[in-house]
Amino acid sequence: MTPVLSLRGVTKRFGGLTAVNSMDFDVAEHEVLGLIGPNGSGKSTTLNLISGAFPVSAGEITLRGAPITSMPAHLIARRGIARTFQLVRLLPHMTVLDNVRAGAVFGHRRRWGHEADRIAAEMLDKVGLGGRGHLAVGQLTYIDTKRVELARLLAGEPKVLLLDEWLAGLNPTELQDGIALIKRLRDEGRTVILVEHVMDAIRSLCDRCVVMAAGTKIAEGTPAEVLSDATVIRAYLGDDDA
Amino acid sequence: MRLSPKDWQGLTLAAIALIVVACLPLVASGYQLSLGVTVAMYTVLATSWAIFSGPTHYISLATAAFFGVGAYVTGIGITYLPYWALPLIAGVIAAVMAALVGLATLRLSGVYFVIFTLGLAEFLRQVITWGQNISGTKGIYVLTSITEAHIFWQLLGLAALVWLAGWAIGRSRLGFALRIIGDDEVVAKHAGIDTARAKILLFMLPGGVAAMTGAILAPRYVYIEPLIAFTPMLSFQVVIMALLGGTGRLWGPIVGVIPFTFLWEAISRSFPNQTTLLLGIAFLAIVYLLPKGFVGLIESARRRTEGWS
Repeated sequence: MTPVLSLRGVTKRFGGLTAVNSMDFDVAEHEVLGLIGPNGSGKSTTLNLISGAFPVSAGEITLRGAPITSMPAHLIARRGIARTFQLVRLLPHMTVLDNVRAGAVFGHRRRWGHEADRIAAEMLDKVGLGGRGHLAVGQLTYIDTKRVELARLLAGEPKVLLLDEWLAGLNPTELQDGIALIKRLRDEGRTVILVEHVMDAIRSLCDRCVVMAAGTKIAEGTPAEVLSDATVIRAYLGDDDA
Repeated sequence: MRLSPKDWQGLTLAAIALIVVACLPLVASGYQLSLGVTVAMYTVLATSWAIFSGPTHYISLATAAFFGVGAYVTGIGITYLPYWALPLIAGVIAAVMAALVGLATLRLSGVYFVIFTLGLAEFLRQVITWGQNISGTKGIYVLTSITEAHIFWQLLGLAALVWLAGWAIGRSRLGFALRIIGDDEVVAKHAGIDTARAKILLFMLPGGVAAMTGAILAPRYVYIEPLIAFTPMLSFQVVIMALLGGTGRLWGPIVGVIPFTFLWEAISRSFPNQTTLLLGIAFLAIVYLLPKGFVGLIESARRRTEGWS
């Protein structure tokens, strides 16, 4: 079966710095793939390359076999790849419902009118914000802003979700809620790439992990495999501690 | 597009208001009508300006550039073409120009766009001045039998079209896209919006409309020269009036245009040498005291009364 998303030799150079160096990995349908690694290892850059935030320097990215390498971000979004941002980005002057409607109207399925309203309301229910659509986004708690962002993604009915440290910055209770929410997405059979630092989340959510360090892939496998891998431990803790 | 009873009600009220205002030339004195033309002109310019700059927050200072192009289309074209065709031609030329300017600048953000649009009017003014110096001509005389009343009715018709367009855009996918762009352009792109296309399309509207306004108004000036047609003051006044009224609503700019026109009339009569200074002070006062314009003031008052009831 062709993978949903596939990266081959994907490289990004910023001047003399190679932020991502010849990354290869596939994401299968219904799979939750964790993209993990120490800070500055190139995880977010990889997400940015997939979502078209900037063009790649070399290599190829395909979505269900069709090349999407270096396409403008809006076209990649329309093809069905939706992303969150490391620091939550909402539309500050719009209501919660309009934030989510934005995803429904311009995302993968591009709905309009009542159809878009219905889907936006449905997705708000799904993330646990049912009936709060009329609120201004400024009135929300931190985790609720994250829920809105997730609902915006879901409203576009994407093929692949890219979540960039979606669980970062949550307190322990919120974290449990957050993990439960993503678990529900996983149980629905969604295809997700998860850039994440929270180990509990990685263990309980990911089918497979790709570990990055200094821009390259250093390990790939189930969470249990990669987290016990000597190279990975060295990358995280440094040589002396390993 | 399906219209609700409330939409019909609004449209009917607007149409009646328009008909009433259209009777002005039948009853008004020459001076009153001339003020009416000025109000109509700024209403058209400020409303169309706000349709683009309101949601996107891209402050355009290109009004004078497009207005001047329109005035020159009439000035040059009036000897060869029927008058009614000139505003249309001016509109098309300016819309194409706006698209080109948009292609060049709207990928840039904020400040670059502002400066470029300001420079555009100045550039066109210098080019025409240079052309006149080479050919040895001065300004152009626009001598027609068109009266102030004709101009007023044309501007009123144009205003109606602008409101209708603004209303339709506000309800459309494009209007929603622009509001998203204004809120967060990065989110807009990643949500699937072709931000460059949306901005360019919408920038063509105030461009085309400003040129049509210039083309309609040219006979009023009788004599056109670059400094009159491309005066940067016009661009600033349009921005100030739109901000004074508020850009959040379609009817916002006109709420700014009417008081400002009368105020300006008084200022330029009493302090003819300090107008620019006073314009600057007015601008500062509006930005500091009324950041959301009269619209913001009215709406917060409305919210407060709703809170009481």
